[in-house]
Amino acid sequence: MTKFSTKANGGVPPVSTASLPDIVFMLLFFFMTVTVMKDSTLKVENELPNASEIKKMEKKDRIIYIHVGRPTGKYVEVFGSEPKIQLNDKYADVSDIGTYILDQMGKMPEHLRPYATISLKVDRRTGMGLISDIKQELRKVNALKINYTTYDGDTFANLGKTGKQN
Amino acid sequence: MADIAFLLLIFFLVTTSIETDVGLNRLLSPIDTSPPLPYKDKNILLVRVNNNNEILVDNDLVDITDLRKITIAFLDNGGAAPDSGYYCDYCQGERSVSSSENPNKSVISLSSDRETSYAAFITIQNELVGAYNQLRNRESLKLYGVKYTDMESEYMSPQTSKVKKANLKKKMKIIQQRYPQKLSEAEIK
Repeated sequence: MTKFSTKANGGVPPVSTASLPDIVFMLLFFFMTVTVMKDSTLKVENELPNASEIKKMEKKDRIIYIHVGRPTGKYVEVFGSEPKIQLNDKYADVSDIGTYILDQMGKMPEHLRPYATISLKVDRRTGMGLISDIKQELRKVNALKINYTTYDGDTFANLGKTGKQN
Repeated sequence: MADIAFLLLIFFLVTTSIETDVGLNRLLSPIDTSPPLPYKDKNILLVRVNNNNEILVDNDLVDITDLRKITIAFLDNGGAAPDSGYYCDYCQGERSVSSSENPNKSVISLSSDRETSYAAFITIQNELVGAYNQLRNRESLKLYGVKYTDMESEYMSPQTSKVKKANLKKKMKIIQQRYPQKLSEAEIK
């Protein structure tokens, strides 16, 4: 009888961890497929505005990124809180954009160069003056295909958030 | 086994990110020194955003929620007379003589101030592109029974076959000719 009684008093058996590796591997493969490697650390705040009439940029190999926004946390002391341009990993001046674009285009395979698109990732609180200067620089090097990169969402929320409209 | 997998999982979580890759595509105008083409005043819609993010259309203050309606009314006006050679037979607008003559001749000029917020600018761009898309969708539904925006996303998708793409491109060209996107971003002075 002891045999049976010990079984009954044993309480809840421990959860089997045999399937744990399978679950973790599944998660691993999920993240490997849906994410991409970060190629640069952001040094600027980058809260993009919302838009609804958007198009997807399907091919990553022909996109050149330009980040614009206020310097983040620890950089404010050194660089101030005015919006700055970030190219690759460092802050840059408006006049550096032309060389940067040509440099990036030079690294692309030749057949892709006519399709090079400049993705402007601009923080929503930035003023249009800086953007206009950037656009002017882009026109100088004849990089005319641009994309105002945004989030997919309600576009009128943009104005509510700036707190200036009405 | 699970430990190694966890290690790899954490590595991928830290070094990768899910990127946003959507946005509004624009084509900047090339720098040229030739004098601008003459456009009649009635064929130009002046949209201006000032430092306070207020929108002025042809110097009248308007609300952002009305902008799309105003733009569509302007583009779709088709004010040219039937015998003038520029008559727009597919337009459904008011055909007022004081507004645009033909979608092919109408231009939207968007200007901003240095202190205009980028968010407001994007909202306005979005509404203007939305107006074009709405008109193009209307024509596309009438001619082919599909939305123009759907055709466009199918065309851009890498899964679509070459034959299908060529076919789509032909249809899209026709719609684009009916409502060409003539949207110019003026330089800040």
